[in-house]
Amino acid sequence: MELNSYQKEAFDYQRKNIEKYGGRAWGWTIFYGLCILVGLYALYLQIAKGHGITGMRDNVVWGLFIVNFIFFIGLSYAGAIIAGLLHLFKVKWGKPIIRLAQFMTLISVIVGPIFILLCVGRFDRMHHLFIYPRIQSPLTWDVMAVVTFFTGSVLFLWLALIKDLSVYRDAGLNIPKWKQKVYKFLALGYRGAASQKRHLIISQNLMAVIMIPLAIMVASILSWIFGMTLRPGWHSTIFGPYFVLGAVYSGCGVLIVAMWFYRKLYKLDYYFTDTHFKYLGYIMLVLAAGYGYFTFSEYFTDWFASEKWDSELIHKLFSTSEYGWWTMFANVAGIALPILVVAIPATRKPGPISLVAFVMVIAMWVKRYLIIVPTLETTLLPMQDTRANYVKYSATWPEWALTIAGIATFLLFFTVMSKFVTVVPVSGLEDTHTEHEKHVLHHD
Amino acid sequence: MKQEETIDKSRRDFLKTAAIATVATATCGSLACSCSSKKAPAGDKVKLLSPTGEIVEIDSAYLNHQEHMSIVSKLEAREGIAGKKFVMVVDLSQCKNARSCIAACQKWHYRPKEQEWLTVKLLKDSDKAAPYWFPKQCFHCDNPPCVKVCPVDATFKRQDGLVLIDNDRCIGCKFCMAACPYSTRVFNWDEPELPMDIRDLAYSPETGIPAKVGTVEKCDFCPDRAREGLLPPCVEACPNGVFYFGDENEDTVSNGLETVSFTKLITDRAGYRYMEELGTKPRVYYLPPKDRAFPVEKGYQDADSAIQERFKEYKDILGKKESAE
Repeated sequence: MELNSYQKEAFDYQRKNIEKYGGRAWGWTIFYGLCILVGLYALYLQIAKGHGITGMRDNVVWGLFIVNFIFFIGLSYAGAIIAGLLHLFKVKWGKPIIRLAQFMTLISVIVGPIFILLCVGRFDRMHHLFIYPRIQSPLTWDVMAVVTFFTGSVLFLWLALIKDLSVYRDAGLNIPKWKQKVYKFLALGYRGAASQKRHLIISQNLMAVIMIPLAIMVASILSWIFGMTLRPGWHSTIFGPYFVLGAVYSGCGVLIVAMWFYRKLYKLDYYFTDTHFKYLGYIMLVLAAGYGYFTFSEYFTDWFASEKWDSELIHKLFSTSEYGWWTMFANVAGIALPILVVAIPATRKPGPISLVAFVMVIAMWVKRYLIIVPTLETTLLPMQDTRANYVKYSATWPEWALTIAGIATFLLFFTVMSKFVTVVPVSGLEDTHTEHEKHVLHHD
Repeated sequence: MKQEETIDKSRRDFLKTAAIATVATATCGSLACSCSSKKAPAGDKVKLLSPTGEIVEIDSAYLNHQEHMSIVSKLEAREGIAGKKFVMVVDLSQCKNARSCIAACQKWHYRPKEQEWLTVKLLKDSDKAAPYWFPKQCFHCDNPPCVKVCPVDATFKRQDGLVLIDNDRCIGCKFCMAACPYSTRVFNWDEPELPMDIRDLAYSPETGIPAKVGTVEKCDFCPDRAREGLLPPCVEACPNGVFYFGDENEDTVSNGLETVSFTKLITDRAGYRYMEELGTKPRVYYLPPKDRAFPVEKGYQDADSAIQERFKEYKDILGKKESAE
């Protein structure tokens, strides 16, 4: 596999990152590991004592676990759509960030479903999903969707990695034998022959074409777990597109944050340039506007028509004695703020954009909470003749511990993957720098 | 250790007695008294209803334990009772929140005290409308939203109209609970507290016993009793004949006191199904709370404080003052 001088330079610059699992990486790994251990202890308690240790009860049957599931799996769909589009439209500036998007896709599609397992009362019976499948159930659709999507993400990432893997294999890296073997195996004997090149590009294009509609389908199916029920706030015709947009939007935020983080950590300013933040910022702005429009349509129609249960829910969401402050946070920090920060030229800088993206991602998590919990607290029949602690949901420490463990797993995967392959792909990388940027950003 | 065993035994005996008492009262007089046996009296008396309607006290040692109803195969439990179409009619004008139905249901199904399959709500349809008590069990919908969403066919609709759950198959995803617009289903969040002898019973979706941790359960219309030609315990326990249970195909329903034509009952008394607009097609009909037999406040006042607590926020419905909303 031949690299041109620009690509070679990019590889040499990142070489040390994949050669050495440094002290800092180990430090974080241990920290994440500890978080995961605490989570495992919570999981042990949950298995030993039952789901009674969570805050979920007969009325609010789903809580943090489902919120996390929607959140992570949304990131995954976002990564696939963003990477797919950047690939298909041959966006030159997009080449350095495509890998981060694909990392996000694969890692979140692993972490997300874990939360479904945590939420299920009998995960010792998960095989029932395959031996007694009931095709009419939106949950069965979701199982098929997630499994298909997981397979797709693996292939999509792998295909995109093959050229790079052959570079690592042939570079004579100072790495342990097993790692060399893994590179060799995963590179599938790629040598850059004309026929190999042709096959690879065709399969990559195909995967991109498959992954984009697949991500849209699976995000919609996820939304239908809620949309197909007769519950206020869920039973909405726009839930499919609403979830698709919400997924891509929050994923765009995570991508910006990841870019900022790796730029700092590995000093990748030359590849993750201000232009990247600006462009992704623009995308984030457009998505924010779209998401805001959808949110407005949802709340406005429910409020205006004011059917009994819809208005009860709207009241809950906007009353400051209930979820009002959270609703405000989700919409101000999650929609208005990103638009403002990107729109104003003075704040259209990597720092402010990344910060606002980070806050937006948290706000989007809160938004998912606001989609799940208040609706479950709005029952059609009044919640009477029920135990007082069954009325309201309040997450318990095991749920938080497992949530943190999930985030730690997500970050741990990122750490490990960034030590296994270069964060910026080297093969196929194109020099998109202006003369000015080259002058300012020259590395080392 | 020894002491523990004794305690456990006495507890078991107590529960057994409770079970017997339920069965005996429920079957209204089929007194399982074996007076000829030479058992020594155990000392604890059990109150029973005699065939003539008197309350009699009998030493627990003289009672024969009546086993729970016969167990049918899983396949039969999924198919249902041939030729039947079960239906229930709830007469709202007669309900005073006596809660005997709940107690009977809890006992029959070995439910813990606070984990009800059957609840009673205090409803008031609009500001000027009168409040009334509204017993609510599973509606066994003909278009059941819960069955639609089950990913493993653990909850199913039978040809006799019942919606049941197989807790050997249930994965506990709780999708059915989220999908049920009537919040009928309950979940075993923790290991269910069951008497020892119940724990080892063979499970059937028709009896719902024994309950299992991490699975969903709900009112099942007691098909095991229906197979024996018995009414559900809630129907029999109600002191006011609120519940009528029967077969739509035969067009008869009974509340234990009278047996009437189902069609005639719901036609004459303007029976309706709750939230018809949801399209779930419930198998439970309600008779409107017209000419109520009891002052609705009494249902609240007579309840014990723990129950009153559950209606705390809705107490205003009862008051003379118009609610603010």
